[in-house]
Amino acid sequence: MNAKESGRRQFLKNGAALAGLAAGAAGTAAAQPMPPTVDELHSYGERSHFEGATRKGRVGLWPAGSGPRDYGFRNPIQNQMSIITPPGLHFIISHGYEPPDLDPSKHTLLIHGMVDHQLIFTVDDLKRLPSVSRFHFVECNANSGPTGPAGAKRRDPAATAQDTHGLTSCSLWTGVPLSLLLDQAGVQKSATWMIAEGSELGKHTKSIPIEKATDDCLVAYAQNGEAVRPEQGYPLRLIVPGWEGINNVKWLRRIKLVDEPYMGMWESTKYPSLRLDGQARWFQFEMGPKSVITRPSGGLKMPGPGFYEISGLAWSGGGAIRRVEVSADGGTTWKDAQLQDPIARKAHTRFVLPWEWNGEEVTLLSRSTDERNELQPTREEISNIWHIDMDYYKNSTNLVGHFNAIQPWKISRDGSVINALFV
Amino acid sequence: MRCSKLLLPGMLLAACATVLAQTPGYKNIGRTPSPSEIQAWDIAIGPDGKGLPPGSGSAKEGAGIYAQKCALCHGADAEGGPIGPRLAVGKESLDSLKTIHPVRGLVYWPFATTIWDYINRAMPRNQAGTLSANEVYALTAYVLFRCGVVRETDVLDAKTLPKVQMPNRNGFVPPNFADLTDDRKRGCRQGVCP
Repeated sequence: MNAKESGRRQFLKNGAALAGLAAGAAGTAAAQPMPPTVDELHSYGERSHFEGATRKGRVGLWPAGSGPRDYGFRNPIQNQMSIITPPGLHFIISHGYEPPDLDPSKHTLLIHGMVDHQLIFTVDDLKRLPSVSRFHFVECNANSGPTGPAGAKRRDPAATAQDTHGLTSCSLWTGVPLSLLLDQAGVQKSATWMIAEGSELGKHTKSIPIEKATDDCLVAYAQNGEAVRPEQGYPLRLIVPGWEGINNVKWLRRIKLVDEPYMGMWESTKYPSLRLDGQARWFQFEMGPKSVITRPSGGLKMPGPGFYEISGLAWSGGGAIRRVEVSADGGTTWKDAQLQDPIARKAHTRFVLPWEWNGEEVTLLSRSTDERNELQPTREEISNIWHIDMDYYKNSTNLVGHFNAIQPWKISRDGSVINALFV
Repeated sequence: MRCSKLLLPGMLLAACATVLAQTPGYKNIGRTPSPSEIQAWDIAIGPDGKGLPPGSGSAKEGAGIYAQKCALCHGADAEGGPIGPRLAVGKESLDSLKTIHPVRGLVYWPFATTIWDYINRAMPRNQAGTLSANEVYALTAYVLFRCGVVRETDVLDAKTLPKVQMPNRNGFVPPNFADLTDDRKRGCRQGVCP
């Protein structure tokens, strides 16, 4: 809502001002704000004032030595229904940069480098081209990670699903397939990589292999039916389905076809995952299968024994979710949940399971399987891969990315729900 | 459209015409950018130095520029400041990589060209893109000097910068770029990791 709108709403609430209207008609000298028209009040809708789910986090930098702190804005995923994250609640990670104020009538996308035809497009050009609309999640590499700046909060039994898994969201993105644009430019055989660059102050840049670029990447100009919001990359955002969030370059201005990864700061220094032998795995790209029950989840209070629909989200960078199972006995037995439409590849998928809670203490788990039959791992399985232990989780300052462990929520007899991953 | 791949020059034109006729194309959408448009934006630097512009600088010049433009955030002695991380990180910090408190300073970075690329595009943080090429070379040399990677008098330019041996260059898996495009060789899948 813009300032003008909020001013007019305030006017409407002010009974004295309304009374002044009558006097105003007689031509008094006192300055009265213009009453809003009915049309203006409804020109861009709002939710009920009874609904208050908000993102939480902070804009800002990552100061050295400032101790653990959150970074970016988290999606209140426990409140979300279906698979669509409302645009105003989509998570944000911009590494401390505010969105640039880009004029869509002036913004351009340059495609150059190892191509037959260097091309530059306006936003209008791109909107005239053949379009696609696809559901895709965007997820931060560090989402649900147990260490690093957000680690303590994520491990806290009092954590909500927003705290544990809030750096992911899903939208219906509309745009031009990148493959179409690259085909127009004529990518040369020597071009094995592309770099995508943004317009914000720090000009974020990311290297992407040509196989992925020509596969399912989108140059998106719309999100959930309207233009991509400024905080999500207005007017153009690169969508790289299923891969780490950092690939989804916001405020996209340039694509260059090159013959090697250009080793930008983020991808070559912050993203490599450190092993305990001192070597780091870089360019992991794809987010693994993950799931999280959102109802019931941390911080919610169950009103008492009875029927509940267990509900949650599952997703995988490897494609479609094929199966989600829920356990109420710590993973000894599992029951198949129902997957709700729409089920889209590299998108959040809603799973539900009818359940009767008998009022006893219980821990609920969910695990997803994707179309490649990759199964979401347990915390122990991840620990074995990386040779890390409880001491590491609790004390390491190293950020563990791609952490897709099964998430347990423990319900107590009084109905309170806690994050049980490290309990 | 792959006209450039046809091997028989005599047939090139005719074959191209056929290919063009088969590709619908999109009339009046997009245009050819001017060389100056491209040059203004072409700021990415490859790990072998591709894209590095003319210019040069050493840590000696860099110290003066640092004091003026960088110290406010990164500390007078590059030891870190309110919003800028510590830049003077020595090679001994690489020992910490095997601990639960790894220190990943500039000396951890695999390529010196990334330092040039990043300073040029993103620093100073609120005035990104205002440094000249000479200033970026000088500042790159300065921070590398403070990390013990180059000498104070070493002159960095488009030729010498890519040759700087970063001490952690071999700290990354998989080591070959060619393996990165093979999705079986990068990332962890089904519990199997490189």
